[in-house]
Amino acid sequence: MKGFFAFVRKEFLHIFRDRRTLLVLIGLPTMLIVLFGFAISTEIRNVNIGVCAPDKDVSIARLVDKIDRSEYFTFKGWYGSAMDVDRAMKKGEIDAALVFSEDFSSSLMSAEGAEISVVTDAVNPNNASMEVMYLTNIVYGYFFSDTDSMRQSPLVPNLRMLYNPQLRSSYNFVPGIMGLILLLVCALMTSVSIVREKETGTMEVLLVSPVKPIGIVFAKMIPYFVISCMVLVITLLLTIFVLKVPVEGSFFWMILVSLLYIILSLGIGLLVSSLVKTQIIATLIIGMVFLVPVMMMSGMLYPIESMPYVFQLIAQVIPAKWYIEAIRKIMIEGVPFVFVLKEVGVLLGMTVVIFTAAVLKFNDRIE
Amino acid sequence: MEDNVIQVEHLTKKFGSFTAVDDITFEVRKGEIFGFLGANGAGKTTAMKMLTGLSFPTSGKGMVAGYDIWTQSELIKKNIGYMSQKFALYSDLTVRDNIGIFGGIYGMKRADVRRRATELMERLGFMSEKDVRVKELPQGWKQKLAFLVAVIHNPRILFLDEPTGGVDPAARRQFWELIYDVVDSGITAFVTTHYMDEAEYCSRISMMVDGRIEALGSPAELKSEFGAGSIADVFDILARGAKRSE
Repeated sequence: MKGFFAFVRKEFLHIFRDRRTLLVLIGLPTMLIVLFGFAISTEIRNVNIGVCAPDKDVSIARLVDKIDRSEYFTFKGWYGSAMDVDRAMKKGEIDAALVFSEDFSSSLMSAEGAEISVVTDAVNPNNASMEVMYLTNIVYGYFFSDTDSMRQSPLVPNLRMLYNPQLRSSYNFVPGIMGLILLLVCALMTSVSIVREKETGTMEVLLVSPVKPIGIVFAKMIPYFVISCMVLVITLLLTIFVLKVPVEGSFFWMILVSLLYIILSLGIGLLVSSLVKTQIIATLIIGMVFLVPVMMMSGMLYPIESMPYVFQLIAQVIPAKWYIEAIRKIMIEGVPFVFVLKEVGVLLGMTVVIFTAAVLKFNDRIE
Repeated sequence: MEDNVIQVEHLTKKFGSFTAVDDITFEVRKGEIFGFLGANGAGKTTAMKMLTGLSFPTSGKGMVAGYDIWTQSELIKKNIGYMSQKFALYSDLTVRDNIGIFGGIYGMKRADVRRRATELMERLGFMSEKDVRVKELPQGWKQKLAFLVAVIHNPRILFLDEPTGGVDPAARRQFWELIYDVVDSGITAFVTTHYMDEAEYCSRISMMVDGRIEALGSPAELKSEFGAGSIADVFDILARGAKRSE
């Protein structure tokens, strides 16, 4: 047992002697939070918009004024015809346009009603659909409230955005970032540090020592477990105080689920390290096999439901998917723990399977 | 029997149909330098793994430092030192850290590690370098440090796997002086090497060819037995019949 603690001490020494890596580990979550929280955002802002209205009148002018005042759109100018709108869009002057039908205001009263075309540059489909949605909302809102003519409309939709009323993308990203960083710190760092010992030959010397092989790897996990907990705390502090994303549900369960995920990620690192011989391969495997799927397919950036069926199936075996879902539910939706039992169960199952495989594989290799 | 620190009888290791170590029997006496010679692929490493408790033999008996290789590998590990041919050390840590780590791994008390480390560092001239990171040391010093680390816990047997690989001839000779030094203090040395001139420094040597020990005795005995002028010649005579090569 004494040998084991000497070993844990050595792992901490490694980490503290290598200040740069430690800084990266601590700096990375900060950077990602700032990046995703402020810079990268799926919200749209300051979209340049042009308007084509053959019969311009007060009602249209007021609508355009209202659009221009919103933070989402910037009014660029009036265009004479649909052709002009098209040309302006090609030149890049505008990203979206509203085209009013002839005799717009007078047709509003007629039986057939009036027509507005919403034109957007759909090269970026996400932005385009977002622009259409926002524009439609403004236009509807205007005609419901600002003119009396539509008051008798039979159906008034009452929209409520639950859990994230301001539609801030940080609500969506934060659980994803946590899933990503914890995996990076735990899996990548443990596997690289175990494989490094194989590369330098120190593993050979350690195996001849009285420390049990399994003790060697568990001693390696302890420092990274501690660092992961620090990263978790930093991420949460930034999330709550800088991004101002509230933790709606139980703090206790959120931490507990995160700890489970940290242990799972450590297991992944151990498994990878028992399969490969060089640090480069270990890094590549963690990067390609674990990190990229987390970015693309865990629901962090793109909703799983809109993926092709095959990818949806693959997403089910990505641990981060379940973690991110659980954290979203607890942190953002604030549901009681019973509602995340499924996610936690899956994570627990994965942890058991991965650790069993890793330990078996590790012992197998010693022989 | 009492004087033998390693006693091996009919030790065999098979990997599938391949017999890496084929029925070897030998003993190593207390306080001697035993040279374990053989070409690459002759089975030296496999044999050494069984002696150091890293793997089990397929059949045969063996006692190392008084413990059974089948049932007491943990006790064997506590009583042996091992220096790998890579001079495996933690290059990002200082000389003192490295010594402390390996002392700790062998369950030594901090104070004991410090006392023994000071004693060894003084003897090897390391005192002024104790806070230097290992990666900044020249190759010959790394080798010395790896040696120091391997004997920090005062093992009964010191296993040295190709300890002079990649070191210049002057440093090689100095290194053998270190080995003599620890052997004088009562440690038995078990050395593998493929430098045949180094074999002359050993008390007794064994030569492995194709998994079998083909010759065993003191350098002088072997030379007269095979009518050769040097150990290198003896090895040539034996290796001519080898089927496995590099």
